[in-house]
Amino acid sequence: MVDKIKVENLSCFYSGKQVLKNLSLTVKANEILSIIGPSNSGKTSFLRTLNRMNDMNVYFSRKGNIFLDDDNIFDMNPEKLRTRIGMLFAMPIPLPMSIYDNIAYAPRVLGLKNKKNMDEVVEQSLRDASLWDEVKDRLNSSAIKMSGGQQQRLCIARILAIEPEVILFDEPCSGLDPISTAKVEEAMLKLKEKYTIVLVTNNVKQASRVGTRTAFFLMGELIEIDKTQNMFLTPKNKTTEDYITGRFG
Amino acid sequence: MNSKITDYIIEKIIFLCGIIAIVFVVLIFGFLLKEGFAFFKEYGVFNFIFGKYWYPSSNPASYGVFSLIIGSLLVTLGAAIIAVPFGIMTALFIAELAPKGIRDILKSIVELMAAIPSVVLGFVGMVTLVPLVRSILDIPTGLTAFSGSIVLGFMAMPTIVSISEDAIRSVPWQYKEGAFALGATKWQTIRRVVLKAAMPGIIAAVMLGIGRVIGETMAVLMVTGNAAAIPTSIFDPVRTLTATIAAEMGETVRGGLHYRALFGIGLVLFTITFLINFIADLFLNKKK
Repeated sequence: MVDKIKVENLSCFYSGKQVLKNLSLTVKANEILSIIGPSNSGKTSFLRTLNRMNDMNVYFSRKGNIFLDDDNIFDMNPEKLRTRIGMLFAMPIPLPMSIYDNIAYAPRVLGLKNKKNMDEVVEQSLRDASLWDEVKDRLNSSAIKMSGGQQQRLCIARILAIEPEVILFDEPCSGLDPISTAKVEEAMLKLKEKYTIVLVTNNVKQASRVGTRTAFFLMGELIEIDKTQNMFLTPKNKTTEDYITGRFG
Repeated sequence: MNSKITDYIIEKIIFLCGIIAIVFVVLIFGFLLKEGFAFFKEYGVFNFIFGKYWYPSSNPASYGVFSLIIGSLLVTLGAAIIAVPFGIMTALFIAELAPKGIRDILKSIVELMAAIPSVVLGFVGMVTLVPLVRSILDIPTGLTAFSGSIVLGFMAMPTIVSISEDAIRSVPWQYKEGAFALGATKWQTIRRVVLKAAMPGIIAAVMLGIGRVIGETMAVLMVTGNAAAIPTSIFDPVRTLTATIAAEMGETVRGGLHYRALFGIGLVLFTITFLINFIADLFLNKKK
């Protein structure tokens, strides 16, 4: 498979304190790369560096490079980059408007005006996020009133509406019940066919369920990265084994 | 047992304080109604509101407040046009754009502005702004509705700025982050997400600011010229409802017609403020 994202010797710092140590890895096109590891292992920092959300933090600095299809992301316009690499947060945050407007928000900002095209975009995004059947009759009601799992899938649909190439999931199911979690995971597996996904999760089992490959982070270092099957059956590293079998973390 | 009694007593004290506040408001309102309606009965509501001439001391006296209502509305409108855009933009700058050092300085300056007594503002306006308006615009007097609007706009600004700024700041940062993650620029995020989410708070800020302006007395008394005539433009002298009450209450005979006419003006003022609050409320509830 083709390399979609290539990370080269990436180190990140907050106020000079190093949180990621000389990281190098690749994300392949149309895979789900799960990143697991205990708190403070740098998973989220890594994710937020990938779409340059960290740029807004004045205490943040970094060394090293990240390439998206051979383009260095640090040379790109950050807004443009974020339309190619979308991000989903742990807490689903619908904007305070209707379901329809939540999804239409970004295409509108990017200049899509035609109402008919917009309807199509909204429907397709909701379908891809496995939400269409649940909300098609109430697209104009407020998004705030949806359940947590629906809100999270709405946020997925919102990202799909701008047709990114990569989607970053930052612990997308940490606040959801098992059934909602299953629905979000189902959506992710479906999305893999069109998009490349990087998933940060605290839930080791989730990584084993959906990850094509899995990476294990500890204290800002990449300890191991391998096909999910291999890692869960025969981890090469002792700490990896301890973590995934629940001996610490 | 002991703590139960303390609970009981404190609860009753709080209850009493709340009730007293309500009772006072009702009493004030009742007094206003009583005196106002006595005047309406004697003089006629229509003659009062649409009468063009306010000549309380001529014979026979004439108590038409139409020019005063126009004066108040004109000054308030002018102040709102000045203070609302300025205030909201200042609030946005402080809440979203200013670097931390500048933000703290600006915030204290705005709070300081709110602490200036209105009579001081009126005085400063009278000796600096009024001659300036007169010479720049080349009009016979600088004591105009325009000067009043500027001074009042200045007075409404701190209210609008600090309450809007609170509203803008209380927009959850996750909204902004979500918008950024969708590739929105800073300005797009502010316009379509932050302002939208903060809108109820901003409207409340504007209404409070306007409420302060329409009830303001001292400053307008000093800079608007106090001519009880219907103005033809914003550069004419005007007299407001509040200024009339303040200027004339001292010279009336208690219980006389003039005295009651001033209470009639109070009722008109009360109605206008009530309407503004009511409209604001409607708007706020609609937003939700």
